[in-house]
Amino acid sequence: MSRRFLYLVERNFLVWRKLLVPSLIANLADPLIYLLGLGFGLGALVGNVDGRPYSTFLAGGMLCYSTLNSASAEALYSAFSRLKVQRTWEGILHAPMTITDVVVGEWLWASAKATLSGSAILVVMYGFGFAHGAAPLAVVPVLFVVGLCFSGVALIMTTLAKGYDFFTYYFTLLVTPMGFLSGVFFPLHQLPRAVQGAAWVLPLAHAASLARGLTLGDPMPWPWLSLAVLLAYGVTGVWVAAWIARRRLTR
Amino acid sequence: MLTPPESPAAPRVALPPVSATAAVTTGAANPSPMLKVEALRKLYGGREVVKNLSFSVRRGECFGILGPNGAGKTTTLRCCLGLTYADGGTIELGGLAVPEAARVARYRVGVVPQFDNLDPDFTVTENLVMFARYFDIPGRVARARVPRLLEFAGLADRAQARIDQLSGGMKRRLTLARALINDPDVLFLDEPTTGLDPQARHLIWDGLKRLVAGGKTLILTTHFMDEAERLCNRLCVMDEGSIIALDTPRGLIEKLIEPVVVEVYGEGVAGWAERHARAVVDRLEVTGETAFCYMHDPEPLLALTRADPELKVLRRAANLEDVFIKLTGRDIRD
Repeated sequence: MSRRFLYLVERNFLVWRKLLVPSLIANLADPLIYLLGLGFGLGALVGNVDGRPYSTFLAGGMLCYSTLNSASAEALYSAFSRLKVQRTWEGILHAPMTITDVVVGEWLWASAKATLSGSAILVVMYGFGFAHGAAPLAVVPVLFVVGLCFSGVALIMTTLAKGYDFFTYYFTLLVTPMGFLSGVFFPLHQLPRAVQGAAWVLPLAHAASLARGLTLGDPMPWPWLSLAVLLAYGVTGVWVAAWIARRRLTR
Repeated sequence: MLTPPESPAAPRVALPPVSATAAVTTGAANPSPMLKVEALRKLYGGREVVKNLSFSVRRGECFGILGPNGAGKTTTLRCCLGLTYADGGTIELGGLAVPEAARVARYRVGVVPQFDNLDPDFTVTENLVMFARYFDIPGRVARARVPRLLEFAGLADRAQARIDQLSGGMKRRLTLARALINDPDVLFLDEPTTGLDPQARHLIWDGLKRLVAGGKTLILTTHFMDEAERLCNRLCVMDEGSIIALDTPRGLIEKLIEPVVVEVYGEGVAGWAERHARAVVDRLEVTGETAFCYMHDPEPLLALTRADPELKVLRRAANLEDVFIKLTGRDIRD
């Protein structure tokens, strides 16, 4: 495997750098609004969840949800712009780059950007005193794996898509239900037993488990399995996406 | 002397850097062709869009591929670049097998695609520097190449402009400059002047001529006959996936068509042509209110037209467009 995909990461980084300030503000403001609105508003009604304030519980879930959203937005909307609307991929493929280079580059870039979004929540958690000491920092590389997972899967949709409308289905039919089934906004044990078991098939349940475990010290039932599930989704996703992209672009 | 329409004061452009290897490989020292296509076939959904195509392009020449829409020109170029896979035949680009070694072959290739795909998130200069990175060219080296390329493209005063601030002609010239960032031996240009006004078109032609003079090999598709006639050393006419003629522009005109054309316009010209002109011309084509009369000696026909003052007459030498129409017909292709 060559490292040519890094040129695509470089390209996306240089573009992102131009919009650094609005991008960072969005990274921080969006989760902050959720945490304040849901955490303190809803939290006042809910009281304690699993023996801690709701806002603390929610912050652990938002770490993953924010990473998921950022990875999806970049790998769906932004990558699709470069694939179809701006023909950026087409131009790059006229150089000595392959479709795999481009897809893998998009995958890593979206994951890196998602890590930043997730880390913004971690900063907020430190700010509110939800997280203490150096131990929670261990979640940052895990957020990158969460990014790999969801940007890998999203890239399948991107390479299949004919237009942006297609992504609405993905969010409405997959991402949003997964959010409610994976212990992000309320604990998994609130769900019926049969559904709880099924939730562990979804990568977000594993991501939330790892995030709460590493930042809040919650028990993690299967940390290595969780990590493996996230990686399996991500690697399978990008592999399938590269295959679809090759079929689509070499027609 | 032509100047860029957008900036009349732009300085005359200098030649882009020509590598030593390009100069050497142009001459007889290396007679192997730059591009060799043999028995190329390509199917789309069972339909054969490229049929048993063979041609080769010599180093240092400008080779044109002419054809109506849907003739298979773009597909042929895409096969040659390894961007799509052929269903049969062999391709050798710069001595390397395509598609097997296409990626490596593209280090020595520049591409000007039919539709601009400049990076709208970058400025003019950033577009060139970033594109160089895809060729493993360090940013420092790329930045050093930018001024000469922008000067060549007549964009020296637009180095920091955003892409959406450029006119269509400027975008095409920037795309051409981008295709030169790796100092390629061969350029593939897919309809490089489609959609441009005459001024912008002449400016592109000017640049392409200087590239050929500097030793580059050019392979271009076009459906503009004057473009092919001006630029190409040799050209082929493609229709329905096959090459139906291949020669120098002059050779095609001399071999394939009568030397003189008289166009006769006027109401009822179709009937008139059938009654009177048919007997004195070599070949006659009527479309709408125009009769195209092809012949060696126009005098008998001109005498006939003088007898009818209602007719408008244009006498001219046969050109490549006449060859093209003769070979591919007058029907519209979509």
